[in-house]
Formats: sequence, C-alpha cells, structure tokens
Amino acid sequence: MVNKIWGGFIISGILFCIITGKLELLNTVILESTKESFDMILKIFPVMALWLGIMNIATVSGLLRKLATRLSKFLKVLFPEIPAGHEAFSYIASNIVVNMFGLGNAATPFGLKAMKALQSLNHKKDTASRSMITFLVLNTSGMTIIPTTIISLRMLHGSVKPMEIVFPCILATLTATIAGLMIDRILARRHRHDHLSI
Amino acid sequence: MITFLSNLVIPALVLMIVIHGLSKKVDIYDVFVEGSKESFEMILSMFPCLLGMIFGINIFIKSGLLEFCFSFLNPLLTMIKMPIEVLTMALMRPISGSSTLAILNNVFTASGPDSFVGRLASVIQGSTDTTLYILTLYFGSIGIKKTRYALKAGLFADIIGIIASIIVVTLFFG
Repeated sequence: MVNKIWGGFIISGILFCIITGKLELLNTVILESTKESFDMILKIFPVMALWLGIMNIATVSGLLRKLATRLSKFLKVLFPEIPAGHEAFSYIASNIVVNMFGLGNAATPFGLKAMKALQSLNHKKDTASRSMITFLVLNTSGMTIIPTTIISLRMLHGSVKPMEIVFPCILATLTATIAGLMIDRILARRHRHDHLSI
Repeated sequence: MITFLSNLVIPALVLMIVIHGLSKKVDIYDVFVEGSKESFEMILSMFPCLLGMIFGINIFIKSGLLEFCFSFLNPLLTMIKMPIEVLTMALMRPISGSSTLAILNNVFTASGPDSFVGRLASVIQGSTDTTLYILTLYFGSIGIKKTRYALKAGLFADIIGIIASIIVVTLFFG
C-alpha cells in the first residue's frame, strides 16, 4: 500500500506539473526535497541522541524496569503478546505520557525505542508485528490531551479563549483512538495468517 | 496552570532519572554517552525512508493538484457551509504535518482563531497526527518492509478523528 501511494504521489504530481507548465517549480521541488529531509534529520538527530542517552540511564538504573512492571497490567490489555515486565511496556508508556502533553518531538525517541523493543520480540524481522501496528495506531490517533503547539498558535493570533479547544480535542482524540484500536483488532484478525505467532 | 504542568513534564522526568541513577550508583555520565551513541545507527536507517517520503509528498503537494481538484468542489462546499481550507487540511493531515500547520496558520490569519473555522481547524490539528510520517519513521528505524495493515488502520483513525472533530465542534460551538 505504501508503494502504491508513493508511486501515485510522484506520478500524479509530475504529470500535473507538466500539464500546467510548472516544470521550473517541479525541478526546484525535487532538489529542495533533499535539503528538507536533511534539515529534518538534523533537527531530529540531537533530540534523539539526548533522549536515548537519558533513557539509557533509566534502563541501567532499573527505573525503566520498575515502571514497566507497574504498567504492564494496564498495557497488557492492548499488547497481549508482550511478556509481563518487558522493557517495551516502559517505552510505550513514556511515549504515551509525553505525547499526551503535546510534546511530539520528545515523544519520538521513546516511540523508536518501543519499536526496537517490539522488534526484539518479532519473529519476522522485515514484517510488522501486531503489537507494532497497535502501537502505531495509538500514535497516529493523536493521544494529545494538551495540544501545546495549537494553544500557543491560537494565543499568537489573539484568541480570546485559546484553551477552549482543549475539551473538544480530547473528545475527538478519544473517539479516534477507540475507533483506531477497534479497526486494528478487526484487521489483525483478518490478517492473522500472514504473520504467524506475534 | 496547564502550561506550567506541560512545561514541568520534561524537567521532572530528567530529574527523576538522574536522581534514581545516582542513588543506584550508576556511572550516569558514561551510561548517557553510551546510550546516546545508539542514535547514529537509528538516524542512518531512518534517513533513506524520510528522504523518500518527503520527496514523494513534496512533488504531490507542491504540484497544486489537490487545490485544482477542490476548486470544482467549491460551490458544493459553500452550500453545506464547509470551508475549503478545512477539507484541504483534513486530506493533508495524514501526509504532511508542516503543511497542515501552515494551513492552520492561514485559517487563523484569515478568519481568526475564535471563528467556527478556526476552532474546527484547531481541533482537527489536535486530534490527529501525521500518520505517514510516523509510519515511515517508526518502521524505517527498525527495518520493517512489510507494514501489512498498518497504514489502513492509521488512516482509518485519522478519518474518524476528523469526522469526530467536525461533530464535536458543531455541537460545542455551532
């Protein structure tokens, strides 16, 4: 599906530019994509290095394990394949908490560590496991309770009540998360044969 | 109060980890450096995926194809009082975080953050995430090639988030 979407983007975009005579723009866009992705990596890289370092302290000191044992009870419902007390739980939990506060940038390294932990439990290393997809759905449905970026943008534009969107946001996010988890379970059942075990 | 709490999360987390590490007699600085090294490997496996995605998405978005298609829908949209920006934003949301943030900014400038459109755009932005980006990043970093039904499930959550936003905002502010 990703292959088709990617191809579709490129083909439709280039054809449309040719038809509308925007070839010059197209060439700039193609060149600038390399710069944009490099800038993005440069932005993510130090944040990730920092958090991976700090998280390593928590791993070595045993703090993460403690957290994992406590949270496994709750998260076990969503991720039945992960053994109790596995470090994946603590990364998932940290990712969720940081995401709730709308700190997406800081949440990404936790998410990546969680994925790595899930990969260690995965039997087919090139195929996404069910737990990975559940975790991905949790992340894509937002999870934000306090959308920090939006609130500050609203303030910047002189909103009288910048916070008034918080409760509607929570309601919409909750609906999306529940619906996402439901479709995740349905699809997992339908696809259970293309990935044995986990 | 909420801003304070939000600002407190990260420092509190760091403080807790450092104090706990010291109390367990961990060589915290060495361990930090060791853990930080892991980022090189992660970044290396992520970069090609990110580059590919940004390349494809940029060609699509900058070509203006989406706006062109929507210009036909405009009369229909004005009939049901659905602003075109919101539709563009809804379609763009799973693909590109920076584009939707730019649209949100435009909506705020044009109609104000306290208008119906402004509120709706805020809630859509807040209750969904850039699915394609997360998928690329998370699966790219661990070398997953077969993503199975992940995109389907993620996009479904986005669609429900957008529909829920429209309903909730209409109920609250409509």
